[in-house]
Amino acid sequence: MNANQSTAVQENWWSRLSRSKYFIYVLISPLFLVLIAYVIYPFYQTFVQSIVGEGGATLENYQRFFGLTSTANLEALWTSVYISVISVITCAIVGVTMAFLMERYEFPGRKLLSVLILVPMALPPLVGVLSFTFLYGESGIIPRAFQVLFDLEKVPFSLKGVMGVIVVHTFTMYTYFYLTAAAAIKGLDPSLEEAATSLGSGRIRIWMKVILPMLTPALIASSLLVFMISMASYTAPLMFGVERTMTMQIYLSRTNGSLDMAATQSTILSIVSISFLILMRWYQGRRNYQNQSKGISVHRTELRSQFAKYMSMFLSFIGVIILMLPILVLVLISFSVDGEWTVQVIPTAYTLQHYIDLFTDERTWRPIWNSLQMSFVATAGNILFGVAAAYAMVRTKFKGKAILDILIMVPWALPGTVVAVNLIAAFSEPSVFSFNQVLIGTFWILPLAYFVRHLPLIFRSTSAALMQMDESIEEAARSLGANWWYTFRRVVVPMAFSGILAGTLLALVQGIGEFVASILIYSTSTMPLSVAIFQKMYAFQFGTACAYGVLQIILIITVLFVSQKITDGKAGSAI
Amino acid sequence: MLKSVRLDDVSKMFGTSVGVENVDIDVKPGEFFTFLGPSGCGKTTTLRMIAGFYYPSKGKILFDNKDVTTLQPNKRNIGMVFQNYALFPHMTVFENIAFGLEVRKMSKAVIKEKVERAQKLVHLEKYGTRKINELSGGQQQRVALARALVIEPDILLLDEPLSNLDAKLREETRLEIKRLQVELGVTTIYVTHDQTEAMTMSDRIMVMKEGVVQQIGTPQEIYNQPTNHFVASFIGESNILEAEVVEVKGDAVKVKLDDDIFVQGSMTQTANGKKLSVGESIKVSIRPEAVFEGTGPNQVTGTIQFVEFTGVSINYVVKVGSNIMKVMIINKGNEILKRGDSITLHVPEKGIYLIGE
Repeated sequence: MNANQSTAVQENWWSRLSRSKYFIYVLISPLFLVLIAYVIYPFYQTFVQSIVGEGGATLENYQRFFGLTSTANLEALWTSVYISVISVITCAIVGVTMAFLMERYEFPGRKLLSVLILVPMALPPLVGVLSFTFLYGESGIIPRAFQVLFDLEKVPFSLKGVMGVIVVHTFTMYTYFYLTAAAAIKGLDPSLEEAATSLGSGRIRIWMKVILPMLTPALIASSLLVFMISMASYTAPLMFGVERTMTMQIYLSRTNGSLDMAATQSTILSIVSISFLILMRWYQGRRNYQNQSKGISVHRTELRSQFAKYMSMFLSFIGVIILMLPILVLVLISFSVDGEWTVQVIPTAYTLQHYIDLFTDERTWRPIWNSLQMSFVATAGNILFGVAAAYAMVRTKFKGKAILDILIMVPWALPGTVVAVNLIAAFSEPSVFSFNQVLIGTFWILPLAYFVRHLPLIFRSTSAALMQMDESIEEAARSLGANWWYTFRRVVVPMAFSGILAGTLLALVQGIGEFVASILIYSTSTMPLSVAIFQKMYAFQFGTACAYGVLQIILIITVLFVSQKITDGKAGSAI
Repeated sequence: MLKSVRLDDVSKMFGTSVGVENVDIDVKPGEFFTFLGPSGCGKTTTLRMIAGFYYPSKGKILFDNKDVTTLQPNKRNIGMVFQNYALFPHMTVFENIAFGLEVRKMSKAVIKEKVERAQKLVHLEKYGTRKINELSGGQQQRVALARALVIEPDILLLDEPLSNLDAKLREETRLEIKRLQVELGVTTIYVTHDQTEAMTMSDRIMVMKEGVVQQIGTPQEIYNQPTNHFVASFIGESNILEAEVVEVKGDAVKVKLDDDIFVQGSMTQTANGKKLSVGESIKVSIRPEAVFEGTGPNQVTGTIQFVEFTGVSINYVVKVGSNIMKVMIINKGNEILKRGDSITLHVPEKGIYLIGE
């Protein structure tokens, strides 16, 4: 009797709460808690570290950064900005030209090229830079081949320094321009051009007044993106020995033990990255000229003259070679015997041993297993958070939605180096958010870093899937007697499944290949795959390093292929 | 289980804007009750409050005297058919219909039997294994109906279920829904903006406009005794003419239209049974089909402005003085007049309806 009464009271209390218009805040508070604990708090700790000197708060570090006594930091900032600006320009030229050629012209080899053009996306950052140094570096295959061919004393050219960084950036990031520009060109209604022609415009005027203005939104969005990623780039400067970039400076300060300077540099780089993120979101919110007319037919101009045909065939062939070489060279070297390849053009001795070792030799297999485990843990967290956050964003109304959206995107905009420095600042000591444990040096710090870095992936792909789904379908399930949880399990999740899966796979492979944050915070007992590749490189075990790389590429290509299949190419990208 | 539905002075605000205001209805067990009105009139909002997707800002909702005002939708035992059907695209026809039964934790055998019976009811016996995107719009409609009915709901809610069908299918499905409702006798609330659907299917209709109830009544009452100008013109066609009461003698009321045209009406034919007095300005509603050709009571002569022959009827637009009147003459082989011809018309007293202002 008494017990009955108390449950009745409780139910009243619960149903009263669940009807309250503030109930939604109870539901979304865990999401905010996660973001505060693992994004804001570490960021704040870094900031505190940068301003706290021996005698309390001080701006000394910032004065040192911007001061003229030692210009290393300012130089680094300048070099980072300079590399990023050049990267944007080169990527734009390559990406947009390719997009126009592929979307507007029909030529022999176009189909093959249109598949291979996305190859750079399949290269994990470290592996990509690695293959470039093997190909075009000072002791790379191509320069040496020229040396031998023309019997020169020295290699005639090689990629190094800032130039090397820019070339690698162009190769790996032009796809951002290519994808957005290709989409924009596809969305360009040919009748607009026809209309301009009928009104008496010539070719050049059409370009200046119609086509370029229509592409501007896509170009600006990609420029911001490439700039942001270039600023965060760490692997390329590391491999080409460009020490005066922001990310390298942070790494060096950290390894030299001047933690407060690392914190200062991180804070400054974060501010740059986050302002670019906000600029980008704002810009995305107000652009859009595309797809105002329906049933656009893409028409491709066919090349008619014989000369143009042969020329285009030749150029496509070159393009295919350039795109395929990085992967081919990795495959080639992965079969080479470690330590045998010194001054020859290509390795001389070959073996299958590295691939056998991958799965049989305990020490070789260990990093793969570590990365798999850590990436799985991180991705499991990402699924929980991403799906819940996507549902909250798409299906509910609450104040602070824009803040949640920006907070989820922030970790994606932050350079991996900064994420690592932030986590070091926050979790070198016990805190509430780490359940009173020191996380640095344990297994858990890397999964946490992967979780934070890949926070937006599943969130975005799931939101895209949920937005496609009519709200009345959920209401139908409710009206048939299903409670919220049953509806979520039986209707929402199955319908958003392709989106969730696409994001999950992406987060998994990215976690397995993550290098930038890992190199700063890994512990030797849980060394991840990418760090192992890096170390093998420096131990001149090129064969094993490349076998690891090939394994990663196979994984990524499989994942890209699978998610393309399950979503029909409609998955919300991480961009 | 037949249940009654009572809305007790229900209002719904969205922020500061009013969704619906002071709705007071009493739907009897087994009744087919329709909410009719143009889009944005609050009919769907009212339905969604009955379903439990919105909670009223004010007032109570009762099913059989049980207060369900803030009960969750899944605990109301309602069956609902949505405008876009809201079928689960990742399930087959069978799984869609079985969904509500699985929620109710029925055994596999019972579910199979019930779903098959429901499939038969809507003539979809052979479609159990089909995916939703392999069905036509009409078939999807019937799956939605079967899914809502198979759980034996206390109340069936239909939100513009026919609006996505083409004209011919709409008519067929209308009959089909009515047949099922009569057979199963389930209390039904139907939302539509289509007056033909409302008139043909309903036991009673609630006409709404801008969140406010205009009239509740049987189709005949709504059509023959509209309470105001809006109802008169929204349901069917009507000539609404400005007039002034000039004489009241017992039940007989004489009104004056523009250009000193006098019309004889009756106090039994006023909106809400209102008593009119001399000097009052009112509106007169005359249905096109209440006007006859030739001589008789309330006789007028006018000039034909426009002629339309539909087969069933001859429709004229006639100018009488400065008043424009639509007239519908049933086609019995009568001569069809031409534009510019003069025509004599009369309106019997029961065709004159007086709407006070």
